[in-house]
Amino acid sequence: MDFFRSIWIILEKDLTTELRTKELIGSMFIFALLVIVIFNFAFEAGRDEILLIGPGILWVAFTFSGSLGLNHAFAVEKENNCLQGMMLAPIDRGNIYLAKVIGTTIFMYIVELMMLPIFSILFNISIIENLPGLLLMNGLGTIGFCAVGTTVSAVTANTKMREMMLPIILFPLLIPLFIGVVEASSALMQGGVMQSEEIGVFRNWVKILIGFDTLFIIVSYWIFNYILEE
Amino acid sequence: MKSNQRIASLDAPLILFTAIMIIGASYMALIYAPTERTMGLIQRIFYFHVAAAWLSFLAFFIVFVASLLFLLKKSRDWDQIAVSSAKIGVIFCTLVLITGPIWAKPIWGIWWTWDARLTSVFVLWLVYIAYLMLRGYIHDPMKRGSLSAIIGIIGFLDVPFIYISIRWWRTQHPQPVMIDGEKSGLAPEMLVALLVSVAAFTLLYFVMMRYAIRLERVQDDIHHIYQDIQNRDQ
Repeated sequence: MDFFRSIWIILEKDLTTELRTKELIGSMFIFALLVIVIFNFAFEAGRDEILLIGPGILWVAFTFSGSLGLNHAFAVEKENNCLQGMMLAPIDRGNIYLAKVIGTTIFMYIVELMMLPIFSILFNISIIENLPGLLLMNGLGTIGFCAVGTTVSAVTANTKMREMMLPIILFPLLIPLFIGVVEASSALMQGGVMQSEEIGVFRNWVKILIGFDTLFIIVSYWIFNYILEE
Repeated sequence: MKSNQRIASLDAPLILFTAIMIIGASYMALIYAPTERTMGLIQRIFYFHVAAAWLSFLAFFIVFVASLLFLLKKSRDWDQIAVSSAKIGVIFCTLVLITGPIWAKPIWGIWWTWDARLTSVFVLWLVYIAYLMLRGYIHDPMKRGSLSAIIGIIGFLDVPFIYISIRWWRTQHPQPVMIDGEKSGLAPEMLVALLVSVAAFTLLYFVMMRYAIRLERVQDDIHHIYQDIQNRDQ
């Protein structure tokens, strides 16, 4: 079966399931919202402080709700031995990986798109001025998150304690990504036109995120054969 | 079983040599090397601190190589090497994290600062702790080998990203008092003491690896015997 078609078939299956049940995006969204509300009580921050810690809070929320989505990605395939069926299909294992990455990235990005305006209203931060930059950073961050996260999720799906092991393994690996997204977003959220120095910083983070995403997608594509072996 | 005996015959000279080197390194670090002018005696922890850091990087690199080879060759030997090296790496990484603050407190006035180097080592420690934890939750040895090898590979590839990103993050927020202790021109005697210490630690790594690998083999044997007994009972 050709490359794009095999990916699309798995992706379509996941999208259809989600469209019919809407359970994943709904719970990820509410969970992310809750994290922000709790942080609001924990910090009681004024506007200046929010500019400093806001992007961090936002990405803590995305990280937590994203790991819910990742846990779901393979847990759902374990039910009724769906994973066995997928492995028996004449599809390259790496393509299963790519389809799962695209699926979880779409779900997580939708949640982020819903969260950004709410965050902006609740904390009174204007995100309109640098919206393209923010969308780009969040996109790159989400791709990297799901690229590493899907691999780790497939690994931990094979263990007892899977819900526990996913964040324990995943979060340290994601620290570079987390720093990059938070630093770049906080430069963007300062508002106004960016100075040339800020643009340089932003570009550097974009570069490192693209490097991170590319490397881990390629390595995981290759390595995935070894996770789904019997 | 036989291979274990063959290994054992090499043990005595290797251990003896390592012991001499460690005594020598201690002498060099504590007596031979001159006392640092500004930091005083506490600076002598440097010889153990840096050697332990070197050793943990070496050990994690070996985890990476052995993990790759395990995936390609599917031989239990490589998995045994990977896990043994990870355990030793974590031990020495812990030593780095302990000796660091002991040195930092009198010099910087604080136990810990979120500086690039400190934070990177801390994150590295977390990555390999997770690697070892993961192994505890998978029963089947072959499966345990390949799943943890994947984390061993991804974890190591992440190291440059961790280091660069934390360094950039820190250079954008200037830190308070920081003395760059290591780059402030090392006296030749200090360099010699450091090299001897690094050599001694590296030898210690090989000694510990031999024992750790043997331990893994025995555990594998026990696992097989256990399985045989279970099969017989059925």
